[in-house]
Amino acid sequence: MAVLRLKFTKNERDKLAQVLWILNWISVLTGILLFSLGLFLKVEINKRGELMAERDIQYVPNMLIAVGLIACAINFLGGKICYDCVDTNKFLRWKLIMLPYIICTFFFTFCVLVGALMCYSMRGELEESLNLGLTEAIRFYKDTDTPGRCFLKRTVDMLQMEFHCCGNNGYKDWFQIQWISNRYLDMSQKEVVDRLRSNVEGKYLMSGVPFSCCNLNSPRPCIQQHVTNNSAHFNYEHQTEALNLWMRGCREALLEYYTHIMQSIGLTVLLTWLFELSVLTGVRYLQTSLENVLRQGDLNSESDGWLLENSFMETARTNLNIIKCLGKGNQIDTANNGDPNINVPSTSKAHYGPDNVPLKEIPEAS
Amino acid sequence: MALLKIKFTQQRRVHLAQGLWLLSWMAVMWGGVIFCLGVYLKTELLRRAEVMDNTEIHVVPNILMMVGLASIGTNWVASRVCQDSLDPTRFPRWKVPLLAWFAVATVLCCLLIAVVALSYALQGSLEESLKVGLRNGIRFYKDTDVPGRCFQKETIDRLQMEFRCCGNNNFKDWFEVQWVSNRYLDFTSKDVKDRIRSNVDNRYLLDGVPFSCCNPTSPRPCLRYHLTDNNAHFNYDYQSEELNLYSRGCRQALTDYYMELMNSTGPGVLSVILIQLSVLLSLRYLQTAVETAMVLEDPEGDSEGYLLEKGVKETIEDLKINALTMLKFGQVDPNAAEGSSEVADAEKDEKDAPPSPAS
Repeated sequence: MAVLRLKFTKNERDKLAQVLWILNWISVLTGILLFSLGLFLKVEINKRGELMAERDIQYVPNMLIAVGLIACAINFLGGKICYDCVDTNKFLRWKLIMLPYIICTFFFTFCVLVGALMCYSMRGELEESLNLGLTEAIRFYKDTDTPGRCFLKRTVDMLQMEFHCCGNNGYKDWFQIQWISNRYLDMSQKEVVDRLRSNVEGKYLMSGVPFSCCNLNSPRPCIQQHVTNNSAHFNYEHQTEALNLWMRGCREALLEYYTHIMQSIGLTVLLTWLFELSVLTGVRYLQTSLENVLRQGDLNSESDGWLLENSFMETARTNLNIIKCLGKGNQIDTANNGDPNINVPSTSKAHYGPDNVPLKEIPEAS
Repeated sequence: MALLKIKFTQQRRVHLAQGLWLLSWMAVMWGGVIFCLGVYLKTELLRRAEVMDNTEIHVVPNILMMVGLASIGTNWVASRVCQDSLDPTRFPRWKVPLLAWFAVATVLCCLLIAVVALSYALQGSLEESLKVGLRNGIRFYKDTDVPGRCFQKETIDRLQMEFRCCGNNNFKDWFEVQWVSNRYLDFTSKDVKDRIRSNVDNRYLLDGVPFSCCNPTSPRPCLRYHLTDNNAHFNYDYQSEELNLYSRGCRQALTDYYMELMNSTGPGVLSVILIQLSVLLSLRYLQTAVETAMVLEDPEGDSEGYLLEKGVKETIEDLKINALTMLKFGQVDPNAAEGSSEVADAEKDEKDAPPSPAS
């Protein structure tokens, strides 16, 4: 009851080995591709590192980099194995390693799949990180004299100009913080003092935005100050004016940008996963058909290849038993005197309790 | 008295043919590279075509593209000649085309040298073109409602932000034009009326600049208006403020950018010239060596290859005579008027030129 049994002639086995050799080398290339995609994502995230709060988003590119490198190594080994499989003498060298190799690769493909899914799941964390990061950046926009924050103004300005966005959610975010430093405010002027007194925290708030919020496509020279005051400017109504400033918030703009990148990367990784899986299937068939040929003795005859020797349920049961036996390896098997073939009634021995409880020291024995 | 004679054994001829075949394919590749360089330069120039007044500078990428394509074709022909050169039955058919080939290859080398010279010579023309183009762009900045000019504002804003520059020569150019359209000016306000009356042309001039002149690296939020008035802003000195706006003019910025682009194509062009010259010389040697070998009794034996059959002066004399003969075609054969060398060739001329009736 083998799973997906196929017959292989000698020619077909050789061809399979050759094709798998080439496919393994292509897989090495896709491994390099994964690595470079991970590197690209890492670089992109670090480029805007100042605008992201401390969040655990580095694990996605790190995972992709690791998976890419391991894929290269695994497929390099796979290529070597398949190359040697054409010659049955050389296959004997690899015979013992092949099954563990296939099992390892199978679990590794799960890692690739997890990597692909992580690309899609990163979005929520990223949004949170950008939200906090941008709020902080806007708040510290004015601190160009504070070490560690002196380039934040330039970063935010370049971001708003490049991504065509303004503020965190919209341009009104700039109305709620003081973005003009105190060293440029004339404290002797009445207007300044009034503004400072108008709110609890003594901040100089104004309905104005930095120049980087200005929209290039506006037919009118940019209105940055008194944005909400219709009478401050001729022929101006801020409710209907959509072209003056960038309407989109920077969080949304950056999120869209990164989501686009990650979706492309995720799709590529999924395709790589499918490819790896198909190569693994080929290697499994090659392994089983070669082992059967060796078992039959005649190297030129036909042999069967399969994915699993017994049905899925039986294989699962057998493996679970093996694992259980491995787990019991350090204990004395008190049930049957260590030999599973002898059915010794339990009444003939001293009873120490349930089987899987380790032996306890009996105080009276000392 | 052949020029630069070299002896070629059969083995050397074969090696020369093989080496030249490789060299000509390399030259084909480099011709492709030159073509791509030309295309890139042209697209870069076209991107900013709105701020350029004339297209004189386009002659540089045009020549590059033409030479690139011609060089691909020429060197492909050279590789075919190499393949046929060792086959005595197929080589003779190349005899006449090769003369044309040499002429074309020489012209290509001259054109490439001309391109290098032009890219330096046309710098002045480029600057002029940019000066006029930018002046118009700044003047029509406000005309976002005039068809044909409605994108000038966006073009100039993008240009200033991308190249980090302001105005034509510097930011003061904005003080001399009205860059705020009349439809956004409140003519009932005293300030507006004063400004309009303050100059002859009734333009609304102000000491302010558009937002695209703002420098993001400035520690201070950008100051755009009342730039010459120190009292309008707190802690502001107009003379010493450097970081507030971009200090470079856009004409300078664009000229530098294009000059750098053209200079970076310099090494590529020079190497193509060298490769083309070496293909030319090697092919000439191969042609003469193979031809000399073909007339020998033993085609596999040694032969001589040369650049010119006679010395330079004699070759030029020969060419002159041939050219004059062609011009004299149709006239009565006159007395020799050009010196003794022609007397010796006069009989040859009489034999060569078909008998011409006295007109």
